[in-house]
Amino acid sequence: MQPFDVHHFNDSTPLNTFPAAKTSRFLAGGTNLIDLMKLQVETPKTLISLAKWKSANAISQDDAHYHIGAMVSNSDLAKFAHSEPSLSVLSQALLSGATVQLRNRATTAGNLLQRTRCYYFYDTTKACNKREPGSGCTALNSMNRIHAIFGTSDKCIATHPSDMAVAMIALNAVVNTQLPDGTERKIALREFYQAPGDSPHIENVLQDGELITHVSIEKKERGTQYYHKVRDRSSYAFALVSVAAGLTIKDGRAHNVDLAFGGVGTTPWHPEKAIRVLEGAEISPEVISQAADAELAGAKVFGSNDFKPLLLRRTLEKVLMEIFTHQSDHPHQEGALHDNA
Amino acid sequence: MATLNLNGNDVSLPDDPRTTLLDFLHQHLSLFGTKKGCDHGQCGACTVLVDGERVNACLVFAFQLEDCEVTTIEGIGQSDNLHPLQQAFIERDAFQCGYCTSGQICSGVSLLQELRNGDPSAVSYNSKVSLKEDISERMSGNLCRCGAYPNIVDAITDVIALERQ
Repeated sequence: MQPFDVHHFNDSTPLNTFPAAKTSRFLAGGTNLIDLMKLQVETPKTLISLAKWKSANAISQDDAHYHIGAMVSNSDLAKFAHSEPSLSVLSQALLSGATVQLRNRATTAGNLLQRTRCYYFYDTTKACNKREPGSGCTALNSMNRIHAIFGTSDKCIATHPSDMAVAMIALNAVVNTQLPDGTERKIALREFYQAPGDSPHIENVLQDGELITHVSIEKKERGTQYYHKVRDRSSYAFALVSVAAGLTIKDGRAHNVDLAFGGVGTTPWHPEKAIRVLEGAEISPEVISQAADAELAGAKVFGSNDFKPLLLRRTLEKVLMEIFTHQSDHPHQEGALHDNA
Repeated sequence: MATLNLNGNDVSLPDDPRTTLLDFLHQHLSLFGTKKGCDHGQCGACTVLVDGERVNACLVFAFQLEDCEVTTIEGIGQSDNLHPLQQAFIERDAFQCGYCTSGQICSGVSLLQELRNGDPSAVSYNSKVSLKEDISERMSGNLCRCGAYPNIVDAITDVIALERQ
């Protein structure tokens, strides 16, 4: 591992006292960054450790919002979300990701900023525009089974790997940040990530030295929620396809449709076209198929991942029909889709 | 001087910030019970407890753990006073080569506390899922290349049953 300097950020240290250079990285839990540093995919000259930033390790709430500190672990957030019916999909997504060991260290902000698990991004002997801009994209013409079908470009087709972010996209979370000059920003998570385009190494709208302080989620009725993840083994694997969904049924029609897809986009995917079909519609396999058609019209496959559109279509139908059936049987139910409810 | 507490004793943190907790245990403290498997957080052989919670020692720098309490397999039990889970591993023959065992036991000890706390898992909300299926899900961060999984799950199940008597 390359040598680096360490600075410690805490509640009494102004952010502008730290180097905001492109060679600096904030270190939260470290479960992804340390791994990438071992492989020399990441070679920061400076780490700004957030281990002593105690105030960021808390979840608070007011009448309108939940506020999740940047350093809250994925385990603690999963437990909290499990106890709040309107956040059930977030708990399900978190618990479907990684392992207990990793979730105990991984943080809310770190999860949002984790890097892709594209094989070629990790392999420093292969071309990767995300790791080394301008070097090319090996995935385009190689094994690309895990790669994206939405938001791709001829420079990069890597997926964003997070489950948590998919649920937060569905819940329309807002990322709160602080810039080195003290300015604070609120960024809708749906506007936070950037598709690769011609610059796959730029993955989000954060500026140099900008620090995520917390994530806010509006309190509202979200009905029955379900996060379903399809993967190569039943635990500890990234999604080939995942669907985060929540909706209520009123007068036989779907309302408050929250929906996001994982494993298929270069960013955690917000399927606006599908939602437009579903909102206010009588849910049926035919309507779900129309919603899938609307979204998949913008999909592109690359060989090894040709199965993903059909897998996404089937996963979407399973999730929405199970929610619809459950809501119909349990009107006004709020929270997880329980097999035993 | 910056320290962490290891199995009840304060130890000074290493000078080189690149030192992971796992390398700190091996190269600075000569504690080899914690194993290095993949060194990338994928196998769980290096599982230890930090402030009572299980973590991968290979994916955390020692300097991040200033003032934390770290428990390794050496702090779980002694040869003449085994932890109930260590005893259950022997009785259930829950290992073959033994390389993953210290990580499995640290992970299992933490799992027992997580169950006492009522912590959810990805499958625990579904009452149709058995305890053994729930244990398998919760232990998915610990690989065993010898394939001792059924006996590992049996050993953990035994201790849970003992606690619930």
